Amino acid sequence: MRAMSAPYAPRPISPVMARLRRFAGLALVHGILIAGAVFMLLPFVFMLVTSIKPPAEVFEATFRLWPRTFYGLQNYASALTTAPLLRFMLNGLIVCGGILIVQLLVAIPCAYALAKLRFPGRPVLFALVLLGLCIPIQVPSLPLYMALAEAGMLNTYFSMMMPFFLSVFAIFLFRQFFKSYPDEIIQAARLDGVGEFEIVWRIVVPSAWPAIAAFSVFSIVAHWNDLYWPLIVISDTKLAPPPLGMMFFADSEVGSNYGALSAGATIITAPLVIAFLIARRRFIAGITMTGIK
Amino acid sequence: MTALAAPADAISARPTRRTYIEALAGIGFAAPAFILLLTTILAPLAVLAVLSFTNYELGALDLTFIGWKNFHKALADPVLRRSLANTLLYVALVVPGGVIASLIVAILVHRRTRTRSFYEVIYFLPVTSTLIAMATMWQFLLHPNLGPVNAVLKSIGFHEVAFLSEPSLVIPTLAAIGIWQLIGFNMVLFLAGLSAIPRELYEAADVDGASHPVDRFLRVTWPLLGPTTMFVIVTTFITAFKVFDTVAVMTRGGPMGSSEVLLYAVYLEGFQYFHLGYAATLTLIFLAFTLVFSIAQTFILDRKVHY
Repeated sequence: MRAMSAPYAPRPISPVMARLRRFAGLALVHGILIAGAVFMLLPFVFMLVTSIKPPAEVFEATFRLWPRTFYGLQNYASALTTAPLLRFMLNGLIVCGGILIVQLLVAIPCAYALAKLRFPGRPVLFALVLLGLCIPIQVPSLPLYMALAEAGMLNTYFSMMMPFFLSVFAIFLFRQFFKSYPDEIIQAARLDGVGEFEIVWRIVVPSAWPAIAAFSVFSIVAHWNDLYWPLIVISDTKLAPPPLGMMFFADSEVGSNYGALSAGATIITAPLVIAFLIARRRFIAGITMTGIK
Repeated sequence: MTALAAPADAISARPTRRTYIEALAGIGFAAPAFILLLTTILAPLAVLAVLSFTNYELGALDLTFIGWKNFHKALADPVLRRSLANTLLYVALVVPGGVIASLIVAILVHRRTRTRSFYEVIYFLPVTSTLIAMATMWQFLLHPNLGPVNAVLKSIGFHEVAFLSEPSLVIPTLAAIGIWQLIGFNMVLFLAGLSAIPRELYEAADVDGASHPVDRFLRVTWPLLGPTTMFVIVTTFITAFKVFDTVAVMTRGGPMGSSEVLLYAVYLEGFQYFHLGYAATLTLIFLAFTLVFSIAQTFILDRKVHY
């Protein structure tokens, strides 16, 4: 309507034309989005259908989406019995949990100190944190590997977790969050005789819950899916986290059994994808807040 | 003097004690992080720098300083040159592809009301899925004889395409998978940027006659999305430069070295051949390439994250 009343409107558009145009626009938008969605979902759909196909149908010359005979039980059973998939996931859980707990225990007090306490060396420490943000894990991995090999600690859970105990990113993120925490409350707590330790864990931390949740999502997604470091320090199949386990599985003899391999891939991918579907908002808020991989 | 100083002391006695306690608490809180910073980042960096001037190999009893030899070797090393060229080609495909595709998706998804979360979930799915598992599926999907992608290509009259075994196609194929993995992540960042643009600006643009979607994009969205775009480009660059997983699982650098990438070369030299001295040199080269971008990323982060 505004376009019609505007003096420079090129020509009036009839309501029917406008609606048609709107409809065509919507169709185009959804067309593009759906075409993209097909590309995004391709490997997932393929993984699911292959995981319920019998071997004969997997290798058929003409591709059919839906299997004629349902072979899911056999594939999943064979995946679970030939590769210790549940063990891989337990390993992933132990490693991710261990890393996250230590990261939080180390980063939170340090971030609080950087944000709210005056102590000698604070600017230097913050500069080092910023420097640390610029060093990808692949850089210190060589010396860390040497140290772990020297100590005879390769092939341990500790070796998988140790390089990630310090998250400079967590320190950075939490420091930003703590900085906006009102000083008056901290001062009041101090006057009441509350110690700094208690101030951090009982007063400041509960208010930083969104940042902690965001960081936890980021940390778990990163370490559940990490291949590089476990590939370096773990050769014992029993200790492999999911990605490394998947690699061992694909390389083994069963790896040529695509049905079982797809079933295994489904099992390994499932936990995080299900967690994401349940806590979609948290995941997306986490990525938006952390914004870094 | 003492008489003059005494009252001042009495006033500042409590604050002094307070500052003392505060400093002590600060040092105590920062100590674990500082020790880990020293042991897991700074000391390894120093060791790495020293190693890069030696010929150390794992298990060797002694090491000799060989000056810049590793660096000269690296400059002449055909594997490194190939890896670097492949990595740069990969980056050159993934950065524009991953940024533009995700920007388009974000703009289209942003305006949806009922279907927004539906698309969000689908596009974000690859970010949370284990890349190794999905890479195995891609490998199968793209298989020359057995894969459905080639079955479809053949059924519509094309020749089969050896996506992963044709040297000239392998990096573009890996790049497509890299983009597939990145779109959702970048989309979420762009969506956050888009929702920060005030609606009134679009209305103002409307009044100014910029009502066509392209006009609106060029006049309002694009300029205001500048900082987000900058951040997405930098993050995508860093992620792309670190390509490793898909190469390690799908191609192992093949066929004939046509998918060797920098990090894979570092991995082979350091952790398969155990030429630690040379691997240290390659790591420093890797660091040099990423450093500019990670400094940019840190700089943007430092300004961006405000609550």
